[in-house]
Amino acid sequence: MTVGKTLWKIILVKLFIMFAVLKLFFFPDFLSTNFSTDEQRADHVIDQITRPAQHRN
Amino acid sequence: MGEIDLALVNWSRAQFALTAMYHWLFVPLTLGLSFLCAFYETIYVKTGNEEWKHLTKFWMTLFGINFAIGVATGIILEFEFGTNWSNYSWMVGDIFGAPLAVEGIVAFFLEATFFAVMFFGWNRVSKGFHLFSTWMVAIGSNLSALWILVANGWMQYPTGMAFNPDNARFEMQNFWEVLFSPVAIAKFTHTTSSSFLVAVMFVFAVSSYYLIKRRHVEMAKRSIIVASVFGLIAFCYASFTGDESAYNNAHRQPMKMAAYEGLFDGGKGADLVAFGILNPDKKLGDDQDPFLYHISIPKGLSLLGMRELNGFVPGINDLLHGNEQENLLGYDRKVERGRLAIADLAEYKAAKKSGDEPAAQASLVKFNENQEFLGYGYLESVEDAVPPIQASFYSFHVMVYLAVFLGLICLAYLVYGIKDTIEEKRWLLPLGILSFFLAMIASQAGWIVAEVGRQPWAIQNMLPVGVATSNLAAGNVMTTFWMFAILFTLLLLAEIKIMLNQIKKGPEGA
Repeated sequence: MTVGKTLWKIILVKLFIMFAVLKLFFFPDFLSTNFSTDEQRADHVIDQITRPAQHRN
Repeated sequence: MGEIDLALVNWSRAQFALTAMYHWLFVPLTLGLSFLCAFYETIYVKTGNEEWKHLTKFWMTLFGINFAIGVATGIILEFEFGTNWSNYSWMVGDIFGAPLAVEGIVAFFLEATFFAVMFFGWNRVSKGFHLFSTWMVAIGSNLSALWILVANGWMQYPTGMAFNPDNARFEMQNFWEVLFSPVAIAKFTHTTSSSFLVAVMFVFAVSSYYLIKRRHVEMAKRSIIVASVFGLIAFCYASFTGDESAYNNAHRQPMKMAAYEGLFDGGKGADLVAFGILNPDKKLGDDQDPFLYHISIPKGLSLLGMRELNGFVPGINDLLHGNEQENLLGYDRKVERGRLAIADLAEYKAAKKSGDEPAAQASLVKFNENQEFLGYGYLESVEDAVPPIQASFYSFHVMVYLAVFLGLICLAYLVYGIKDTIEEKRWLLPLGILSFFLAMIASQAGWIVAEVGRQPWAIQNMLPVGVATSNLAAGNVMTTFWMFAILFTLLLLAEIKIMLNQIKKGPEGA
């Protein structure tokens, strides 16, 4: 079935682009990359959410 | 410390919207076509008529094309959560973990396992087991949607949880309350029933094309009969669940309802705008008429939102500034209390760090008094709590008009299908083709109402989108926005090309 082969190719290319390119190089997990423990991550988020809007970032 | 980066927030929003809207081009067809394939195959198994088998295989091939190209496009949304929306992801991780894990383990594997049997199992397994597999794919696909929509429903109406000030996470207290939240149930039932309607319109469009070309006439007529019955049931159910959604909006997201109805000043016996053109010069707080022109149904909005003719429906001004008569606390007051909650949370954290437990407990007590208004404290002004009115209003009305039109199309196809005169109705067949595109627009418009209408909240009343984002450079998000735009456009073009080729080949190519 020709359409089946085409679809498999599209699926494989798509998954490669998504996981081997986009996820790896463009979509790191921000908190996992920048902090090593959950406690640090929690502190960072609490710090973020306890600033008034005009003072965030 | 700088100003909040609106460019970052808006690019993150735009990227999420783009990804979700592209993803949603594929999903409704998967949800609806899977059931239609199950219906067609059930008739084949019951009757033993090989024509139904050819018909089933044809629609299954089109379902497979859509599934293959659409699969995993939703995963991009999860990438975005971790990168662009890290504060949000951290805070909701405990809530979303459970439904998404169930989705992954039960629904997706159910879908994926039986998907292989459904496509490659013809002549390899018994008729009964093949039919069972097709039904499992349909049920699994829709169960996947259930868990995603439960998560979305929770964002619109956070329930069954408690905020933990020590780790800044919303923690699940009652799984069943999250699962059976009235907003989640209405969201699931309305989304799936309207998706069934989209798939029915797809069957109408392809079948109408064949009838116009006078090819595969019997197959097209058979497909139409089953699809039109399913479509009418789906239309009635979507209407019922749409009413339920509006009722939920009125009680749990009244600002959304006020925005999609263009209701600035609420009241008892509020009218429902059947048709209206918004006044583009209307600003919050001025006394201009919100409409240039409108036709309204007297007391219709009160009936829709409150289920009583003289029920009070709050308008944008009532919500922003309160209404003492109706015991409605204004957003201006909520913003004050939200700011107190933020300050108390900061004091609690500082006291904890310095080891001053009595001060920490005192701060926690004060925080708990205002916790339900936490999100309002992040708004710079009460006007920030008003969603884009024009986008909400027009999306809502377009969705409703198109849904009614699609219901009439279903009725016409059923009547002429039963009379066996549908191929003679040359005026109706092009409308059948057009209806698929209108159904897609209605489906997208529905999501715009749901998601634009709930702005500025990522989590209703608790977390606005401006606080949910990560500390990234807007340029990074802009780059990936365009990458996705190109990738998804290529996928869409591939789907259209392959789908059209397959439709041209007809059932022989299945």
